Amino acid sequence: MRQLAVRAVQIAVPVALVALWYLATTRWGVSRILLPNPVDAARALGHVLATGEYVDDLRVTLTELAIAFAISVGAGITLGYLFSRSSFRIRVFDPLLSAIYSVPLILFLPLYVLWFGLGPASKIALGATISFFPIALSTIAGFGRVEPMMVTAARSMGASDLQLFRFVLLPAAFPVIIAGARLGFTVALLSIIGSETLASLAGLGHKIVELSEGMEMPRMFAYIAFVVAIAAILNIAVSRLEAWGRRHT
Amino acid sequence: MDTAIRIRNVSHRFGEEGEARNVRALLDTSFDVARGELLCLIGPSGCGKSTLLNVVGGLLAPTAGSVEVKGKKVAGPMPRDIAFVFQENALFPWNTVRENVDLGMRFQGVARPERAERAQRALEAVGLKDFADHFPGQLSGGMRQRAALARALSLQTDILLMDEPFGALDEQTRMILGEDLSVLLAATRKTIVFVTHSLGEAVFLADRFAVFSARPGTIKQVITVDEPHPRKPEFVTSEKFTKLRNQLYALLHDEIRKTMSAESARPATPGALS
Repeated sequence: MRQLAVRAVQIAVPVALVALWYLATTRWGVSRILLPNPVDAARALGHVLATGEYVDDLRVTLTELAIAFAISVGAGITLGYLFSRSSFRIRVFDPLLSAIYSVPLILFLPLYVLWFGLGPASKIALGATISFFPIALSTIAGFGRVEPMMVTAARSMGASDLQLFRFVLLPAAFPVIIAGARLGFTVALLSIIGSETLASLAGLGHKIVELSEGMEMPRMFAYIAFVVAIAAILNIAVSRLEAWGRRHT
Repeated sequence: MDTAIRIRNVSHRFGEEGEARNVRALLDTSFDVARGELLCLIGPSGCGKSTLLNVVGGLLAPTAGSVEVKGKKVAGPMPRDIAFVFQENALFPWNTVRENVDLGMRFQGVARPERAERAQRALEAVGLKDFADHFPGQLSGGMRQRAALARALSLQTDILLMDEPFGALDEQTRMILGEDLSVLLAATRKTIVFVTHSLGEAVFLADRFAVFSARPGTIKQVITVDEPHPRKPEFVTSEKFTKLRNQLYALLHDEIRKTMSAESARPATPGALS
């Protein structure tokens, strides 16, 4: 019963928002230049999906995301592991990375645009930079806090360095690393779409800005809805992957 | 006496001399452990009994002295000769009991079919065969220590080093595990060094027990318990048991007092040396 009530509210809130949106544009006189009618937006979304015009921009954004995430996972886990190998290194690098991560790294975008141009490279660089930190920090936390008793036990049973890593350090650290990787994925997606809206030639973020500048409000809202759906799908995919990873280490 | 472990003039110091946190844990300790005997190390906390166990097992290099196991000088872990059972947290929580037992043998390159068979036998020996597919987190403390013991048994070493294996358990569980251990050991005839701070446990399990002095620890006296394994629960209520226990109590009492007064004189005692 309680569960039912929770679901009801979760569904009612977005429905109410759309209803308010509809009323605002049809009854309360909010300008259609600022806010399109939701019916028009839905029609535009249907058109976008039917024609497949989104494909090129989607491909650009997803490629940037995939490359940026691969770089930050590779570099974050490798460096995080190396930084976690002694309590001295943890004392040096953990606060250092935390401090850098607390800087708004989006400030690097103009620099990256200068270095790498307006194409995908500058978005990849920014996405990789921003998502590197949560991944490296969680890797340090994961490997740095393995119960010493377990390492001693494995050593006493003759574990080699490789076996110690594969059967003790990795499974101990994995849940923490995967949580960091998930966070890294989210911030990579955020920063890539965000930087596309600021300085780029293609991608979903760029498309939305382009439509906004052309005052094509229904299509702009259609694209926003589309990006929200893509983000939700990616999030579900990453959660599934995380659950799968937890079962197989 | 057929000697399994020969300990000669072992001293150990944590930290460097002159450092604020340097502690002399062990001082010039020598003795032999006979093949097939169960030797208990007992003493006040911080007396270096666990330190000595780690030195014997090759997990810690002593500052001075040497240890020979089966005629070989100990220079690092000797997984084919020595298996450990630790106090707690030594099982891998992401593996089932069976996988935990399996892993130790896997580290040593035992072939898969043999591992499965040895794991099964070890789990049956400790009475855990119905819990083989449980995770450590699903078991009681006593069962976890049985699992740790099964892992050590599956390695088929001649020597077993046990560092307060029942130290985190309640008195009743500890009593039952002690009885079961006595039965198990009578059957396997392993050489065992067993660290404890329970007087009853020492007298009940040991063929001999070595009483440590306060820090820096060294062996004050070695006492023989002339009672065959497996020991029956009635042994606990016998006059022989009570006498030995009282003797041990008298020996330990002074040393514990000394430890306490040393600690109150110097409150900044580094921990984790028990």
